[in-house]
Amino acid sequence: MNLVSVPRRLAARITGQAIVLFARAITAVNAEWRGVGPSSRQRVYFANHVSNADMPMIWSVLPHHLRQRTRPVAAADYWLTNGVRAFAGRDVFKAVLIDRRPDARNDDPMAAIIDALDTGASLIIFPEGLRNQGPEPLKPFKSGLYNIAKARPDVELVPTWVANLNSVMPKGEVIPLPLMVRVIFGAPVALHDGEDRHGFLNRSAAALLALKPEERT
Amino acid sequence: MSPMLRDIGLLALGVTLLLLALTIFGERLRNRSDQPEPAVEVFMTRVDSWWAMVVLFTLALLVGPKAVVLLFAIASFAALREFYTYSARARADHLSLALAFYIILPAQFLFIAFDAPRLFGVFIPVFVFLLLPFVSVLRGSADRFLSRVSEMQWGLMICVFCLSHIPALMWLELPGESGRGMLLIAFLVLVVQAGDLVDFYIGRRLGRKRIVEGLSSKTWEGAAWGIAAAALLGLILGWITPFGPFAAAGMAALASACGQAGNLILRAIKRDRGLRDWSHLIPGQGGFLDQLDSVIFAAPAFFYLTRLWWLA
Repeated sequence: MNLVSVPRRLAARITGQAIVLFARAITAVNAEWRGVGPSSRQRVYFANHVSNADMPMIWSVLPHHLRQRTRPVAAADYWLTNGVRAFAGRDVFKAVLIDRRPDARNDDPMAAIIDALDTGASLIIFPEGLRNQGPEPLKPFKSGLYNIAKARPDVELVPTWVANLNSVMPKGEVIPLPLMVRVIFGAPVALHDGEDRHGFLNRSAAALLALKPEERT
Repeated sequence: MSPMLRDIGLLALGVTLLLLALTIFGERLRNRSDQPEPAVEVFMTRVDSWWAMVVLFTLALLVGPKAVVLLFAIASFAALREFYTYSARARADHLSLALAFYIILPAQFLFIAFDAPRLFGVFIPVFVFLLLPFVSVLRGSADRFLSRVSEMQWGLMICVFCLSHIPALMWLELPGESGRGMLLIAFLVLVVQAGDLVDFYIGRRLGRKRIVEGLSSKTWEGAAWGIAAAALLGLILGWITPFGPFAAAGMAALASACGQAGNLILRAIKRDRGLRDWSHLIPGQGGFLDQLDSVIFAAPAFFYLTRLWWLA
């Protein structure tokens, strides 16, 4: 073991706990295991993406032993822009970093994801790609989820809806509101025999959207 | 030992014995059957939550007035968060809501902590009521404006203004009886809770006539039993109040009646929003608002009536 990395790993653990405590203190974030229970089975949690806080919320509600083995798939062009973000991305969340700019990358993003799965880690992914800042609840999915389902059919694909985070910090606001956030885990979706990419992605998106709580205003 | 410390000690001892009895009762129910019964488990998580509340409250009482105010300020924050999570709002209200959480709520509890009754009595009902909608209107959205600002003000009235009158009770004291106001808080919480519990566990079995059909299983008979139980407990606890035994029983009955009315009002709000509980933050009880609803509604009436009592 590299001696230099020991304080760094300790700092990462403490920061991770602080993030969990902070998320709970401000948003009382609460997991609702609706379609599956927490389990040590290898999973890909695929979630809606409205804010940069989505991933820390999902990460925070996972039980500690599952959180240790769950890695978010995140954008390298966001997480490597400065030292603090790089520390958070690499050391705290242990993110699988993918470059979203095709011209800037020299490795295949899908290969990095499959490599991470083959080490036994569970993943958190946002199949919409970029953050959804439009009026529609969910943008069309990119192909990554289908590729994962095809390449590693044994991994459970769990739809994960992060509810109410958009009200906590709408786009353009600086101060987060302490409103309650819920993370709802639905029943896993699996690729059917002979199902095409388009059909599968639509079905997964529908399964995710079905978890969205009804809004009463 | 000062009489104040002695009374806190006696009260804590009494409540501890009661909770101990409930815990033993629950454990015996648990041991009676091999499989866990849901009703017993719910009862036991409730008893556990009561233990936590009693310990926290007693510690705060011993540390002093500022700790009591802090404890209720935290409860107020949690309650306001539950209320605003489900209230009508728009993007234009973001700043107003942030002000409510980060400026108005702390200010109200600071006024309580430094005993400024002229401020804490009018700050939210008058100043905030007039000024906060202005912050929302500046952001330029008139869509559902009245609903939005009304719900904002309701949240502040219930979760901050009314709730802050619980710790405000500690400043109600006769000259020369310093510190005894804190015991009034314990008195109010205990009699209102006792009324609710009797209404829930006994009254609803004997009750026939629903108060509001289709909204709540609360019955007139249950409510009457609850008020009577609160009055009886008030009579027993009269020695910690300045009222004297029979007036204490009357105040307890009044507090329980206000509390049960508040419970029904919040039930209607929850029904409108399609909620069963406000949150899951207190195991076995639901959210902070579910736990505190009756005390919140009883506190202002209890506070102002008690103050009139002395002024008269």
